[in-house]
Amino acid sequence: MSDLETFRKDTRAWLEENCPAEMRDGAGGEDNICWGGRNWQFQSEAQKTWLDRMAEKGWTVPAWPKEYGGGGLSKEEVKILKSEMRDMKARSPLESFGIWMLGPALLKYGTHEQKLHFLPPITRGEIRWCQGYSEPNAGSDLASLQCKCEDKGDHWLVNGQKVWTSYADESDWIFCLVRTDPKATKHNGISFLLIDMAAQGVSTKPIKLISGKSPFCETFFDDVKVPKEHAPGIGSIVGDLNRGWDVAKYLLTHEREMISAGGGGLFGGRGMGEIAASEIGLEAGRLADPMLRGKIAQAEIDGWAFLLTLERMKDEAKAGQGVGANSSMLKYYGTEFNKRRFELLMDSGGSEALEWEGERTQDGKLARSWLRTKANSIEGGTSEVQLNIIAKRILQLPGA
Amino acid sequence: MALVLTEEQQMLRDAARGFLDEKAPVSALRKLRDANDETGFSRDLWKEMAEMGWAGILVGEDYGGADFGFVGAGVLAEEMGRTLTASPFLSTSILAATALQKLGGEAQRQEHLPKISTGEAVFALAVDEARKHGPQKTAMKAEKHGNGFKLSGDKTFVADGQVADNIIVAARTAGAPGDAEGITLFLIDAAAKGISRERTVMVDSRGAARLKFDGVDATGDDVLGEVDGGLASLEGVLNAGRAGLAAEMSGAAQAAFTMTMDYLKERKQFGIEIGSFQALQHRAAHLYSEIELMKSVTLKALQDLDEHYGMAGIICSLAKAKAGEVAKLASQEAVQMHGGIGMTDEFDIGFYMKRIRVAQEMFGDAAFHADRLAAMRGY
Repeated sequence: MSDLETFRKDTRAWLEENCPAEMRDGAGGEDNICWGGRNWQFQSEAQKTWLDRMAEKGWTVPAWPKEYGGGGLSKEEVKILKSEMRDMKARSPLESFGIWMLGPALLKYGTHEQKLHFLPPITRGEIRWCQGYSEPNAGSDLASLQCKCEDKGDHWLVNGQKVWTSYADESDWIFCLVRTDPKATKHNGISFLLIDMAAQGVSTKPIKLISGKSPFCETFFDDVKVPKEHAPGIGSIVGDLNRGWDVAKYLLTHEREMISAGGGGLFGGRGMGEIAASEIGLEAGRLADPMLRGKIAQAEIDGWAFLLTLERMKDEAKAGQGVGANSSMLKYYGTEFNKRRFELLMDSGGSEALEWEGERTQDGKLARSWLRTKANSIEGGTSEVQLNIIAKRILQLPGA
Repeated sequence: MALVLTEEQQMLRDAARGFLDEKAPVSALRKLRDANDETGFSRDLWKEMAEMGWAGILVGEDYGGADFGFVGAGVLAEEMGRTLTASPFLSTSILAATALQKLGGEAQRQEHLPKISTGEAVFALAVDEARKHGPQKTAMKAEKHGNGFKLSGDKTFVADGQVADNIIVAARTAGAPGDAEGITLFLIDAAAKGISRERTVMVDSRGAARLKFDGVDATGDDVLGEVDGGLASLEGVLNAGRAGLAAEMSGAAQAAFTMTMDYLKERKQFGIEIGSFQALQHRAAHLYSEIELMKSVTLKALQDLDEHYGMAGIICSLAKAKAGEVAKLASQEAVQMHGGIGMTDEFDIGFYMKRIRVAQEMFGDAAFHADRLAAMRGY
């Protein structure tokens, strides 16, 4: 038996023994995520057990190095772990911006001491992070951000406002882009700063969205003092001073890949045609609404082609081929496709899909999800920004 | 299997690109058109391709072929699509070779496959009878007559049918038009008594014909596969053709796109390169994304034909539909972005638009394949 086969066998046995039955329902919706953090209320004892056992093993972040609380697994092993978890419909034990965003940034740009200090609490779900990038006047033009960060000797003094900070009201810490050099050109005076949300002067205000939910906040900093070192030898800035844009760019690329991969993942459940068939019915073996049938078939073709493209890009990266800037293409296509998909699901749902409250529709689950997708092509860089990036970096068109 | 070309396949691609750029650029097709060439391709060039192993790319080594698989065949089709190379590659090396390899008896293989490999014999596949693709609608009759059959009916849109030495034809030995059962494939000598052919000059300047079968005699030995083998065996061959056409369209679309991007970078209006206009940049970036999707489905279809030939129907439909739509978009954007010059015959882009339109229609357009996909997926 090869090493990987042995690993698969051991992994399956371990998961069988350690994944609580309640955590094997395949639930992946936003409402079932375990986010962790100081204020986290576990939905069940099983959710806590599952998190603790996986964290102990380093498998909440299986690819991270062991010394920082990860599992130290190779790419192939991570793939096997994921596929085994999928097979038993195991829920993800922990999701967070610490895992998705800050972790990768620290792993690439942080010092060894910063990694040792900040990463393990993320892997155990003890500290929940949020992301402070956009500002009221810095959206697509993110690098024009103005949140002020002044050098006051032993500490930084932060004043300004962030917007679209996901779950800021429930988070413990924030990683932030701040302006440390107002005289430099706009990309060159930004730093990547870590701030404790419990610090004096930090406040948040949830933003209610068209879906009725409030996953985002406004976050305000009024004379917030951030120590230069959070603990001896643990700097509060990641990467070099005034080089925060490098970190941000790296993370934005990473975020785009995640968003587009998520858009594709939704395709894994029941197909649009299957859903429409059960809702509208068939006539002579064909969907009773022929125009909708055609639109769905076209969309399934594009969705399928998109998934295969994700697969090809991954395989090309492994083989050392391909174009780096393709994350913009995947983000653009994946999010636009997801919006199209939900429009078609709303079309097949008809008037029933329009009910906003009540058990029949689980409080308008589809309608709220449909509205949520409209943000897909805005967050992490709008579709138009992605098209600009493709034109500039891949097609190398002039003046872009 | 990783969704990338292997090193061998990449080498084949690079070699093919070098060869075709030199020997078969778009100007070669233009020359054939201007000469109103009845063959529709250069026999000398085809001979050279055969010597490199291209004609027998799908043929087993026992029959003198390269046995390089569908991905290899797709690589060649894509490169020929880039330069719009006129050759009997699709009709002979993909369709006929697949039919013979998958359905032929030993005697048939021994007789025909070596001649495909050497480039001596040109084949054509005759399926459609009406203006839209519909193999299930086959009406052409193959009536029992003594120990054999008599074939009667009309076929249209037969690629290379005007010069083919042999014709593989779908005819009905049982059932009625619309039935999936009762269709049989025959391999007929094109010189057989009772066959008349009319060369059809097509918009893409490639060879094609309408065929008339008037009581053409066929024996049991001429049957390819099983009598009443039905749509299933024909579909396998068509799927190979669809994936090949998808690859060809992918190559043509990429070439048209490259020409267009070059043009956007050099053409100036209002004192500035037109490629600096966001209105054009966003359309170019969208088209780039679509082309990437087309490349992925096409490669997947070819890989699936190699790995699960009998199950590749749905992915081949996917590839044919997607490639058809994307290549159409690429050719339309190419003409529009080139402006007036894109409308001139002197400029090559029109040749791309014309070939893509024909490849799009052949063996089912995007609507045909979207419908087929929906049916296969139960809605």
